Amino acid sequence: MSEEMNNEQLDERGMRTAQTVGAPRGLGSRNPKQGMELTGAEVVVASLEAEGVTDVFGYPGGQAIKIYDALYDSTQINHILARHEQAAVHEADGYARATGKVGVVIVTSGPGATNTVTGIATAYMDSVPLVVITGQVPRAVIGTDSFQESDIVGITMPVVKHSYLLQSVEEMAKTFREAFHIASTGRPGPVLIDIPSDLNSEKVIFNYPDKVNLASYKPTYKGNIKQIRQAASRIEEAKRPLLYVGGGVISSGATDEVLRVAERLQIPIVTTLMGKGAVPASHPLNFGAVGMHGSKYANLAMTESDLVIAAGARFSDRVTGQLSRFAPHAEVIHIDIDPAEIGKVREAQIPIVGDLKGVFSLIDSQMSNDQPHPQTQEWLAKLNGWRERYPFYQPAVGDSPAEIVPERVMAELSARLDPDRSIVVTEVGQHQMWAAQFIKRECPRTFLSSGGLGTMGFGFPAAIGAKIGRPECQVVCIAGDGSFQMNSQEMATAAINKVGVKVLILDNRSLGMVHQWQKLFYNERYSQTLLEPIPDFVKLAAAYEWEGERIENPDELEGALQRMLESDGPYLLDVAISREQNVYPMVAPGSALSDVMGAIDIAVGAVRTGMPDVADAQQVASEAAPKEAPSPCAQIDEQFGGRWQSDPADTGTRIGQHLAKAAQQEHSHSQEGGER
Amino acid sequence: MKHILSALVENKPGVLSRVTGLISRRGFNIESLAVGPTEDATKSRVTAIVNADEVAYEQITKQLHKLISVYKISDLTNDNAIERELVLFKVAASPERRGEVVEVSNIFRAKIVDVGKNSLTIEATGDEAKLKGLEDLFRAYGIKEIVRTGKIAMSRNAKE
Repeated sequence: MSEEMNNEQLDERGMRTAQTVGAPRGLGSRNPKQGMELTGAEVVVASLEAEGVTDVFGYPGGQAIKIYDALYDSTQINHILARHEQAAVHEADGYARATGKVGVVIVTSGPGATNTVTGIATAYMDSVPLVVITGQVPRAVIGTDSFQESDIVGITMPVVKHSYLLQSVEEMAKTFREAFHIASTGRPGPVLIDIPSDLNSEKVIFNYPDKVNLASYKPTYKGNIKQIRQAASRIEEAKRPLLYVGGGVISSGATDEVLRVAERLQIPIVTTLMGKGAVPASHPLNFGAVGMHGSKYANLAMTESDLVIAAGARFSDRVTGQLSRFAPHAEVIHIDIDPAEIGKVREAQIPIVGDLKGVFSLIDSQMSNDQPHPQTQEWLAKLNGWRERYPFYQPAVGDSPAEIVPERVMAELSARLDPDRSIVVTEVGQHQMWAAQFIKRECPRTFLSSGGLGTMGFGFPAAIGAKIGRPECQVVCIAGDGSFQMNSQEMATAAINKVGVKVLILDNRSLGMVHQWQKLFYNERYSQTLLEPIPDFVKLAAAYEWEGERIENPDELEGALQRMLESDGPYLLDVAISREQNVYPMVAPGSALSDVMGAIDIAVGAVRTGMPDVADAQQVASEAAPKEAPSPCAQIDEQFGGRWQSDPADTGTRIGQHLAKAAQQEHSHSQEGGER
Repeated sequence: MKHILSALVENKPGVLSRVTGLISRRGFNIESLAVGPTEDATKSRVTAIVNADEVAYEQITKQLHKLISVYKISDLTNDNAIERELVLFKVAASPERRGEVVEVSNIFRAKIVDVGKNSLTIEATGDEAKLKGLEDLFRAYGIKEIVRTGKIAMSRNAKE
């Protein structure tokens, strides 16, 4: 499928360009309605049809009613009625991430439009192509605070790639073509089209263009050849190179090209959360997740590397930790289609702006001329040694015969999924990190997660969207009990549309990630993170005519997973875990990547290590009143510290400096102002 | 440091808000702002003075460049650029001191545009140094009000 997709996007020389990537996936100007007189509402539907859209997500309302009326006649477009506009956007987002197509949303004005904001922001942060169509009050009353009026173009301005407030029916078709082109090309992102409802009844001759001509928007696909040559020879020389792969590799479909370069020179690879699936988990060069909850070996690799090749990754603070101590020995080659990412956080010695697929294929052909010898034998041996020494999971650590261990749930689930025909979608929190650590992914677009915005409530609707886009795949949403309740109303959407998604809740009846921070950094003051055992998720499932099951005993796990995966329809599996379970390893916010706490170290007898203040904490533990039957993880926490002193001056160094500078400038500015 | 940022943008509603919103969102104050149509009626020129360090300024310009409504960004700070601003001063001037104020204005080639019983309104154009000099001199008489247009700038080099 992805093969086919990419072929569509190549020009006659086999290159991806803005023209090929942004071209209509449907009939474009050859659509059957071309040249007919249509109403504005019909133009909306005809434009979507011309773009080859087959599925849209949305929710009707007063100012969108004419569009919905026109949609009633469409045989091409299947509309999925969400139960909340936010969820409709996440559904379109999951659909887009799973298929590589543009996700489409239709909602009404006012509250319908404002409800989309979190969804749009989520897609914006993770560079997902969406076209969001919002109804607007008629032109004549815009600005009069009329019923269900909101300035959605203004509200969403910081979180859209571009937006339009339509002023005439004549510009409608052209605007849709531009919107799809902008959403899908360059660094993809959401585009919003706000349509005053009076335009929907005006008539116009439908003339859908194939091409766009935007003088101010020319994304760079072809990388600078000089810089590419320079990068190739720098990579060839490096002794400890590391490919740092982000979501851009998936957007660009550059998996094969990146792997070719990695294999030719035997370069190890680490991935970001967004980059998971970009390279197969089973590939011996793939060292997996880097960052706050990445493996100790990947984080050590980053710290020791002499050349970091950042491919479609943006040095997020969740990856870098303390910036001044991030990859301190490395030069950086930064390849990204968005020039603003290069040098934003970390200075790049060799910057390359361009499409990853083309850039890596040129790096590879340069290398095929140079015929360099891989020099990474020693480096790889070191990394593989670390990988064996610091595993994510060791049966003896954290396991207890009496309770279900989240790591094992994830590993068991992963083992039961066909990597080519399954998609795992996560919500946000501890379960997300466990999923990232333990679910093995072999192909791009099979692990979907809200990485940038960290939107609780994203995962479940996104899973519905993914299943609609890729019905042949087993789609499993891994959720927490907190996240799932943020959009659980979508159980109706799944049930009514017969979308057979599976929801696995790692249910600790708490907001686990915040709970973990409170445990580690806030003296176990669990302010507002303990969720009581309400609702009964199995009964909730039954209310929506889902199948559901709850398990509390480790013996039940395998059978329950089997039943979930074998069921036809939507299925909810509520897995009880202890709220004392913490995600390890962890790099405390503002700490260096090399300061990993809680990593298992085989060399010292397979225990979690790197917990500072041991003596201090032991004293505290002995003074404290004995607690009743602490969980295995709690025992480890007590043994090794359990709480850590974080240096407030050390957190968010970069941001701190920034604010200080800004304050200084503000200060000097106001002084100047005073003189006048 | 201060940067003179000159942006060629689409002449459409909302574009100014996109540009200024992006700058303020990143925590920077726009010290002066001037907007107007260009020789091409579909395009406007935004000239903004922004106080930011080099790294931050580079990030602002890169982000601005990503806006679909922005055609071109130029930094006229270190350029050999012509800078101008128009300022209206309302200066306190009793009938007996009027002559002095007029004299000062003449030296700076500023125009008297309105005369009141106890004040003079003066229109002055020029670069920052000249207007600052004039302002300092007027301060001795008492400035009742200042209104400025915001700085505009144009590169001296013949372009395109």
